[in-house]
Amino acid sequence: MEVTSDEVLIGRIASGDRLAMQVLFARHHVRVYRFVLRLVHDESSAEDLISEVFLDVWRQAGRFEGRSAVSTWLLAIARFKALSTLRRRTDVELNEETAEAIEDTSDNPEVALGKKDKSAVIRKCLVKLSAEHREIIDLVYYHEKSVEEVAAIVGIPENTVKTRMFYARKRLADLLKAAGIERGWP
Amino acid sequence: MNVVQKEAPERQEIEALLPWHAAGTLSRRDAQRCERALASDRDLARHYEVVREELHETIHLNESLGAPSARAMERLFAAIEAEAPPPRKSTFDLAGRISEFLSGFSPRTLAWSATAAALAILLQAAVLTSVVIRDQGGQNFGLASQATGDGTIALVRFAPQATVAEITKFLDAHKAVVVDGPDMQKGGLYSIRLAVTGLPKAELIKLVQRMQAESKIVEFMATKG
Repeated sequence: MEVTSDEVLIGRIASGDRLAMQVLFARHHVRVYRFVLRLVHDESSAEDLISEVFLDVWRQAGRFEGRSAVSTWLLAIARFKALSTLRRRTDVELNEETAEAIEDTSDNPEVALGKKDKSAVIRKCLVKLSAEHREIIDLVYYHEKSVEEVAAIVGIPENTVKTRMFYARKRLADLLKAAGIERGWP
Repeated sequence: MNVVQKEAPERQEIEALLPWHAAGTLSRRDAQRCERALASDRDLARHYEVVREELHETIHLNESLGAPSARAMERLFAAIEAEAPPPRKSTFDLAGRISEFLSGFSPRTLAWSATAAALAILLQAAVLTSVVIRDQGGQNFGLASQATGDGTIALVRFAPQATVAEITKFLDAHKAVVVDGPDMQKGGLYSIRLAVTGLPKAELIKLVQRMQAESKIVEFMATKG
C-alpha cells in the first residue's frame, strides 16, 4: 500500500483539508509530544504545546516550501514554542537543577547500579544531562535527524552540531563514570 | 588538549559521525566511509558499540514517556473549527463553497447529489438569464436599470485578493445575494441580485456607484440592460 507522503498532506492541508490534518497529526503527534515533554517537563504543557504546533501547521501549510522534511519542520516549530514557554515561566525557576529534580524521582544512578541494571543507569544519566545535551541526543538517536536537520531545528552550524553531540556524549560518559560504569570511551 | 584534537583528522571526523551512522541518517558516501573505518580499526569498532548502546537506551527512555491524551487533538480541532475561513482560500469560489457546505452535513453520495442539484439550479438560472438577454435584442451590459422577474440583477467581478469573508460582508452590507456565476467565458462574472423588485434608475445608479467605490472587493460591476 502506498502511503501518502507528508509533503502531499501538507499540500492538502494548505487547501483546507481537515482529514489530511488528522492524518498528519496521527502520524507525528506522539514524537512531537515526547520531544516537547523532554524540554518542558510537564505533561499538560506538552499537550497544549503540540496543539499549538499543529495549529501553526494548519495556518502556515501554504508557506511550507519543502526544503526540509515535514518532521524536521514540526520539531523546529515545537522547539521554538517549548523554549518560549520556558521563558514565560516566571513563577518557576526552571534551571537545570529544578529540571533534574522534576524528572529524577526514582533511584539515583548509584542505587540503580547497585541493582546491577546498567541500562537503567544509562537512562538515569541521560535524564541528568543538560537541556542542550538532552535535546541533541534525542534529535540524533530518537528522532533520527541528520546533521543538517539538527542544524536546521536547533539553528546552529553543522560543525557545531557535531561538536555539541561529542560533548553531550562526553558528559554522559562522565556521569556514567561517576556512577561506576566505565565504558572505555572517551 | 581534548580528545578530539589528539586524533588524526580523518579518524576524528569518522568518530564524530558514528552517532549518525548508528541511527542510519548518514549519506551513502559517509556511511561507506564509516563502514570502512570500522572494519579496520578495532578501537573505533568498540566505540561504535558504546554509541549503539546509547542509541538503544535513548530510544527506550523516549518510548517510556507515553503519549498525549485525546485532549491535545480535541483542542487542536476545536481551534481549527473556530478559524474561518480555511487557510489560503482567498478567492470567492461559489461552487466550491456550496460543495464544501453540503459535504459537511451528509455522506459523500448525498453531497454529490446536492451539489449536482445546486449546479442544475444555477444552470437553469443561467439559461433563463440568457433567454431574457436574447429577447431584449442581445444587448451588452450597460449602466441602465434592469428589473427582471428575479428583481434587479447586476454583474460583478470580485477583486482576486478579496477574501470570502470580505465578499460576504460586502454582499450583506448591500443586501445583495449571488444568484449565478462565475461565468468564466466572461472573465469570472457573478450575477448578484440587488433588490427583489426593480429599483428606480437614480437609486440604482447611486447603489452601483457606492458598490464600485469598494475597489478592494469589486474589480468590475455593471447592471444588466
